[in-house]
Amino acid sequence: MSAPTDGVVIVDYGAGNLTSVRLAVEKLGWRAIVTDEPEAVRRAERVVFPGVGAAGSAMETLRTTGLADALVEYAASGRPLAGICLGAQVIFEQSAENRARCLGILPGTVERFGVGPGFKVPHMGWNGVEFVAAHPVWAGLESGSQFYFVHSFFPVPAEPGMLIGRTDYGGAFPSAVARGNVVAFQFHPERSGRVGLAVLENFLRWRP
Amino acid sequence: MLSKRIIICLDVREGKTTKGVRFQGNVDVGDPVEMGERYCEDGVDELVFYDITASHEKRGIMIDVVRRVARTIFIPFSVGGGLRTVDDMREVLLAGAEKVSVDSGAVRNPGIIAEGARAFGSQCVVLGMQAKRVGRRPGIPSGYEVFVDGARVATGLDAVQWARRAEELGAGEICVNSIDADGTRAGYELTITRMISEAVRVPVIASGGAGEPAHLRDVLTEGKADAALIASMVHYGTHTLSEIKRYLDNAGVPVRTKW
Repeated sequence: MSAPTDGVVIVDYGAGNLTSVRLAVEKLGWRAIVTDEPEAVRRAERVVFPGVGAAGSAMETLRTTGLADALVEYAASGRPLAGICLGAQVIFEQSAENRARCLGILPGTVERFGVGPGFKVPHMGWNGVEFVAAHPVWAGLESGSQFYFVHSFFPVPAEPGMLIGRTDYGGAFPSAVARGNVVAFQFHPERSGRVGLAVLENFLRWRP
Repeated sequence: MLSKRIIICLDVREGKTTKGVRFQGNVDVGDPVEMGERYCEDGVDELVFYDITASHEKRGIMIDVVRRVARTIFIPFSVGGGLRTVDDMREVLLAGAEKVSVDSGAVRNPGIIAEGARAFGSQCVVLGMQAKRVGRRPGIPSGYEVFVDGARVATGLDAVQWARRAEELGAGEICVNSIDADGTRAGYELTITRMISEAVRVPVIASGGAGEPAHLRDVLTEGKADAALIASMVHYGTHTLSEIKRYLDNAGVPVRTKW
């Protein structure tokens, strides 16, 4: 079991507001280290990779700051990594958004919702996540729990075994993906009330 | 499937939740953070904290409220009231709000929507509007006109056209408050809500007029709203959130029933 004193690095790459992620980590009793320094990521015991915004500009910032390389190296080391929202997308290889070439930490792509009329874009609000595979991040939670989403793109993992959570919005889409030491949530655990904090806490305690 | 959202609005004056009728009365109803926390426990999907403090110099009090809310509740919440610049928005977002809402400020300076969307992303910018039924006439093809400044000043803007323009500028959500329905507790204004929801691709929040759970059912189905905003209906204990959600669930409206 991981100890709160280890600290959790929250990657700051200018993609959106990190305040609620930091506050959620602190609320759960962990020490949050919000940083934009590649070295801090390399040294980290545990990393949360959040983000809201567009894939293209996010990848540009990640590359120019050196955070892209640091994240790839960190992920390869086997230490726990959680991607949230945009962070859950750019860890894949390629995004349809801006046709961005992404980090390639997980095999797969990112596609846009092609929902019909009557469906608003972005997908915004509370929706159910079906736990299609067991995973430590789901411990103590009920499949079908509702989490808060706000996004226009979603991940498409290359291997079916990577899918751990699925949600319906004009059709099923992957809402949570995992492989090895990496887990990715399309929803916002830090904005999903009690169940969101529970998922986040499960990640913080996880020793992959 | 995606649930319809029930959003509770708290008007905050100098750090205290005040009587729900906007721009009138200053009776304290409670502490906004405590009330927000309670509503969270009762299953609210989102909160709005609307700053009705008249003085721009006293904005620091609201920022303090935002910080305390952000440390206490972990559901989405927006902040509105008197936001005029990107710096105003940034201060509120960094304090922990998920979204900022602009209303009169955007009518006066529509560029603020685009600037906010560019700086923070469309999902952070909500356009609030006060719409009044004035009848169809040249310049107001929908029959609904946008008002500002406490719903007193006519702008000459057609409500549906303004919603479309705000979406083009980058607003991620539109909150339509019906001046005619507001405070009546006789139901939302379904016509304008539906017209705007059909005119834009972004989510639409209905506001003004809620008195009974059936009103929410109507606006979330017939009114085609993605979310319904309520205030006095719950602040005075006439209805509870679980009662409202149970009603909607039984009526077949998709709502979050576990939290």
